[in-house]
Amino acid sequence: MNRTQVTRWLVSEKVLPYWLILPTLAYVAAFFLVPLAQALLLAFRTEGGQWTMRFFVRMVEDVRFFDALKFTLILVAIVVPLQLVTALSIALLVNTRFRGSRSFLYICAIPLGISDLAAGLIWFSLFTQHGYVNSFLYTLGLIDKPIYFLSTQNLGWVVGSIVLAEHWRATAIVLVILVAGLQMISRDYLEAAEVFGARPWQKLWHVTLPLLKPSLQSALIIRTILALQMFAVAVALGGRLVPVLAGEAYYWYYLYRNANVASAYALFLMVISLLLAWGYLRFLRPREVRS
Amino acid sequence: MTFPRLQRRILLYMAVVVIALWVLVPLVLIALAAFTPRLELYRWPKTIIPSAFSSATMSFFLRSYGTVSSLRNSVLVALLTLGMTLVVGAPAGYAVARYVFRGREAFRLGILMTRMFPTSLLAIPLIVTFIRWELYDTLIGVAFMHTAMALPFAVLITSGIFSGVPKELEEAAMTLGCSRLGAFVRVALPLALPGLAAAAMFTFVISWNEVFAAAILTVHNRTLPAQVLTSLEVAPLDFRFAGGFFMIIPAVIFMALARRYLFQMWGGAIAER
Repeated sequence: MNRTQVTRWLVSEKVLPYWLILPTLAYVAAFFLVPLAQALLLAFRTEGGQWTMRFFVRMVEDVRFFDALKFTLILVAIVVPLQLVTALSIALLVNTRFRGSRSFLYICAIPLGISDLAAGLIWFSLFTQHGYVNSFLYTLGLIDKPIYFLSTQNLGWVVGSIVLAEHWRATAIVLVILVAGLQMISRDYLEAAEVFGARPWQKLWHVTLPLLKPSLQSALIIRTILALQMFAVAVALGGRLVPVLAGEAYYWYYLYRNANVASAYALFLMVISLLLAWGYLRFLRPREVRS
Repeated sequence: MTFPRLQRRILLYMAVVVIALWVLVPLVLIALAAFTPRLELYRWPKTIIPSAFSSATMSFFLRSYGTVSSLRNSVLVALLTLGMTLVVGAPAGYAVARYVFRGREAFRLGILMTRMFPTSLLAIPLIVTFIRWELYDTLIGVAFMHTAMALPFAVLITSGIFSGVPKELEEAAMTLGCSRLGAFVRVALPLALPGLAAAAMFTFVISWNEVFAAAILTVHNRTLPAQVLTSLEVAPLDFRFAGGFFMIIPAVIFMALARRYLFQMWGGAIAER
């Protein structure tokens, strides 16, 4: 090929898409692969360049480590199934296309734009000592002095308020995925089921849910990974009363200026995320449709 | 037969009202708290509706040390993020929407896989890199980080938007004498513009809301969420309530403006893997 041919080939329709995705590929390489490599170096190598497990040992031996792991897993185990059930109920409700269902859907989607920190502060205003919940219970005559929801003595309440805030904030993303999934299900299947005399719950169980499985799986993976990173909600409601893994990564750098142990925490979080995602893909695989 | 049907309707609307209240009541309460006179916030029992509305709480928040500069920083970082994300990501979105090329599915999957990365795993190692590049504690540094977080969404969202613009229109423009670029700029771009504007708003909101990386990568040049987070331990109630309310205003406005594209963008992008 001579020079003009090469030039023409480089701008041809065949090569064009690769030029178009090149900036994204370069950016992703620079800002995902480089940090990943750097994180491995930070977590496994000393300043002097020696390989070490010291930072992981320090992470595991830290007094807060097992609490952080425990609370993170507890929060994920409560919040994610709760969100899935709530979002599915709302999505099915919307899918009946009642009058006003679109406005209803938008209202439910509002929290999509609200940050974890702001959501934490909103629920803090409800659960703080002189907050709305206490004042409300007092007005009803159910209590005569405020309950200290957010204190060391009431760790259960702190966890509960974090669950409520996280559930309130992040159910919308699951909802959006499920609504989109429901819209892709052809009405023909449901009509066919009706012809065979299926009752509403039978249609739900045998037609809608199996067809919705890919969307449910996506929603489950995305929500679990994001919930594992829960941080600002927990900080806004409980400070460090209920430690979480992402929060510890933050404090190890912010308070102790130790990027090595902070990286160890971040890698640990990544490994848990990958394991859970792999588990979901492995065990919740949609059944193959036999023809 | 009509009676159970009516009953079902009533049940349905009751559920709808309860769920809508569950979403809206906390928003109303934080707004009320942000405009309650400062002393009344500490009173016991606190009335739900304050005795008077006052802007003192909000002005205390806005006058607190660092608020105004962090507010400016947040807007700047979000605008930088928005610009970089669209410039880098929109061409890739266009390529995925328009061309069938080898490696397209791998590219889409790879983009989705980046969502597996915890924010902490990106932000903490970047400290070292940014110190070396003299980007630590700078707004552009934070914007680089936020672009990395928003880029996967931007690619998927813009590809969804460009898919909605018929290919035939561009081809028609080209047979009428437009160049490839001309067909894109004169035909596809104007049609995609409202969707792109919505995508821009979401990018803005992603950056405006992000707290972990912003708090880790800055010391003096904090964004608003980073400023609020790092002052939480010493902040009085009024600062927290006003801060919480202030942070949600632009997010809620943008969501309302872009609501038409909400499901096309988020749902479509994620549900059809």
